[in-house]
Amino acid sequence: MSSVDRSRLPIPGPPPTFRFPPVLKRQLPNGLRVWTIEHRLSPVLSAVLVVRSGAAADPLDRPGLAALTGDMLDEGSGHRSALDVQDALARLGADLDTEVSADATALLLTTLARHGRRALEILSDIAARPRLAEEDFLRVRDLRLNRLLQLRHVPSALADKAFLEHLYRDHPYGHLAIGTEAGLRGINLPDVVSFHASRVRPPGAVLILVGDLTHDDGLRAAAEAFGSWTDGSETAPVFDRDADLAQGLDGAGRGVAIVDRPRAPQAELRIGQVGSDRRDPQYHALVVLNAILGGQFVSRINMKLRQEKGLTYGARTAFEFRRGRGPFTLATSVDTAATVDAVREALAELGDIRGARPAEAGELALAKASLTSGYARHFESAEQLARAAAQLALYDLPDDYFDRFVPLVERVQVDEVTRVAQQRLDPDGLLTVIVGDYASMGPGLGALGIGEPTLVGGAT
Amino acid sequence: MQVDFTKRVLPNGLPVIVHEDHHCPIVGVSVWYHVGSQDERPGRTGFAHLFEHLMFEGSEHQDGSYFQPLQQAGASLNGSTSTDRTNYWEVVPTNALELALWMESDRMGCLLPALTQRKFENQREVVLNERRQNYENRPYGLAPVAMSAALFPPDHPYHWLTIGWPEDLRAATLDEVHAFFATYYHPGNASLALAGDVDPDRAFALVEDCFGAIPAAARPPRTLRRASLPAERRLVLEDRVELPRLYMAWHTPGLFQDGDADLDLAGDILGSGKPSRLYRTLVFDRRVAIDAAAGQNSRELSSLFQVTATAAPDHSLAELEQLVTAEIDRVAAHGPTESELERGLARAEAAFVFRLQHVGGFGGRSDQLNAYNIYLGDPGFFARDWERYTHVTPASIRDIVQRDLRPDARVVLSVVPRGRLDLAVSGSEPIHVS
Repeated sequence: MSSVDRSRLPIPGPPPTFRFPPVLKRQLPNGLRVWTIEHRLSPVLSAVLVVRSGAAADPLDRPGLAALTGDMLDEGSGHRSALDVQDALARLGADLDTEVSADATALLLTTLARHGRRALEILSDIAARPRLAEEDFLRVRDLRLNRLLQLRHVPSALADKAFLEHLYRDHPYGHLAIGTEAGLRGINLPDVVSFHASRVRPPGAVLILVGDLTHDDGLRAAAEAFGSWTDGSETAPVFDRDADLAQGLDGAGRGVAIVDRPRAPQAELRIGQVGSDRRDPQYHALVVLNAILGGQFVSRINMKLRQEKGLTYGARTAFEFRRGRGPFTLATSVDTAATVDAVREALAELGDIRGARPAEAGELALAKASLTSGYARHFESAEQLARAAAQLALYDLPDDYFDRFVPLVERVQVDEVTRVAQQRLDPDGLLTVIVGDYASMGPGLGALGIGEPTLVGGAT
Repeated sequence: MQVDFTKRVLPNGLPVIVHEDHHCPIVGVSVWYHVGSQDERPGRTGFAHLFEHLMFEGSEHQDGSYFQPLQQAGASLNGSTSTDRTNYWEVVPTNALELALWMESDRMGCLLPALTQRKFENQREVVLNERRQNYENRPYGLAPVAMSAALFPPDHPYHWLTIGWPEDLRAATLDEVHAFFATYYHPGNASLALAGDVDPDRAFALVEDCFGAIPAAARPPRTLRRASLPAERRLVLEDRVELPRLYMAWHTPGLFQDGDADLDLAGDILGSGKPSRLYRTLVFDRRVAIDAAAGQNSRELSSLFQVTATAAPDHSLAELEQLVTAEIDRVAAHGPTESELERGLARAEAAFVFRLQHVGGFGGRSDQLNAYNIYLGDPGFFARDWERYTHVTPASIRDIVQRDLRPDARVVLSVVPRGRLDLAVSGSEPIHVS
């Protein structure tokens, strides 16, 4: 038997090229756009209904409205009670997720293809004809209020909440989708009814079907299920706080905010600032920058905080590219005793990549290859393809967006990475949020030169 | 319910399973070792998982990061440790299959020469951080620690969780890492599965080149140890939480044993999602709880059936206990309806199909082929696995619930806010876990 050469690593040949499957885009007479992708490889159908309204559309005094409305959609519709809807979905083996993000509400359904038509009828009932009954509303709002109570002891949730609130303040991105206790208590059923009527409508929504069916069968099934959805928006007030997402970003928060958790064994950290939007022309350079900095296991920040210093189980950075400028965030949970050390090291890495220690050719090659060589794995299942198409719909990206990702990343140069780091990472504009035991980190923090810590409440 | 494959065993004892599917230009590479926290001993808990971390720290001929060359090739990769097994996987673009096999074989054959005291101590700190982050600093995070300790006697290997006790992690030594590697990390105690865009002939040839020279070793013995509870145990744990939560658990038949599938479906009917009996009664109708769940946690030596429910404000765990017990008693007396069983089967079938959509990663086809091979010696167990479910009847669920989910053979744990021991169900003994 021959044996492999252990003197050097095998060098992979050229990576396979990737092509996103064709998306056929059509429209029903009621204005609903229907996109279909044929994916005949397993007997599964994934459907996503994307509505371009999320938590950013919440009224300033009622944060949590979009998410509460999303939660109410599957609480009974047409002739079905709340439990009947869940029972009917379960009998089809269907998984339904309602995801309310800052920019969108997405209803995501995956089912066995042979149940596709029946599952789409239920999805249509949920989106178009939710019952929105008072008794269900009170129960669902109570459950969300109780979830907020629970979050008072979840360090990662406290950190995310404090970070968004301090960074964005009154901007539409300045709250978690679940909202606040005062916000939820201020929401009444008519708010939900109005939000649904004005924002969940056939025009503007996109239904994406991916799976074991032809384009024409997909369109037919969509028309049968969603064709009778009529647009009832005339009388509803418009929730349009998300209409101008560029407003109000000048006063973004900075400095250090602490949520005190006496005797907590770990400190939960968020460090960041307002980042960029999804249509930023520098998008690919920012993606490469993030991969080098903190977007993968072998990034600078994870290697420093975890692999070199052993201060954490993991540390990551991410740009959330949204319709407006989403946050850039470094997130980690560190040993309480090492809080100050971890903040110092993280800040140093965020600063150094702007010039003191710019990205090197080797780092660039690694980041680009890791983003591109295995790109096909992101598009293996019907659900992955449906989610990807939903990104195209939500951010008005061109049809060839995924086909062009690899060549555009490969084109990024070292000096571009340094330039976008200088443009988008401002060491003087960073906000640091720490959820942890203030008593054991207090004095050292002041010496970091990032300002006096402000103690903020952990109430929800 | 079928995944086609070819299986061969190398002369050194390594089973190799190849499944061909060319629709996406990627390959799922999966390596399982039949070792988990059940192979640890008291005083050295958490060791199998700590060892898993060390497998990513380089090996003799690639003495650096395990991640770096694979990420450079566009791979995603991870590993995990349970009570029963440790698994590692890469999902690579087709062109990087040889690299992944080279890397996996180098750490299977030649891990120790690259392992230093410094790496060992670094990863111990990382694991202690993991424990603090995911257990100590998380609400209800120590409840599973308390439940395992109460259900199993101190010398049973399910007495502790896979993450282990901090003092045991601190006591572990590099010498023990060497001994652990020699006993458990070799071709005779492993299984390799490749799924996706591979040509089987080329795949077997590459595997032989990479793994063929690794010396054979004897499969370590395993003893099936059952556990039972002589009486009900009632405990209370204080935690940094807002709302009290009730945990209830019973010993049930192990993975793939008679009754395992019946209890899996019983879990669906009782407490999986909104149409389930516990959710309907506790959360929807009576509104005494904000969540309610039940399920069979299938494991090799002995499984657990567990119910959890969190009290709504102004409601007591005593109310929850009474309602949960009544729902279980109802199933024990009458079984589920035919209609409930049909719904449970529909969900089970879909879950089977959904998880096989991916060739790699946790739960994908390569992972499942290895699971069947490690536990049953038959990678093609898919259809028979599903048959276990189609043979379940309302009467078989009734009988096993009656036999196993008895009030006099369970652990009942109340997790309450600090300083509020009075919120526990009656007769609970306070315990401390850290």
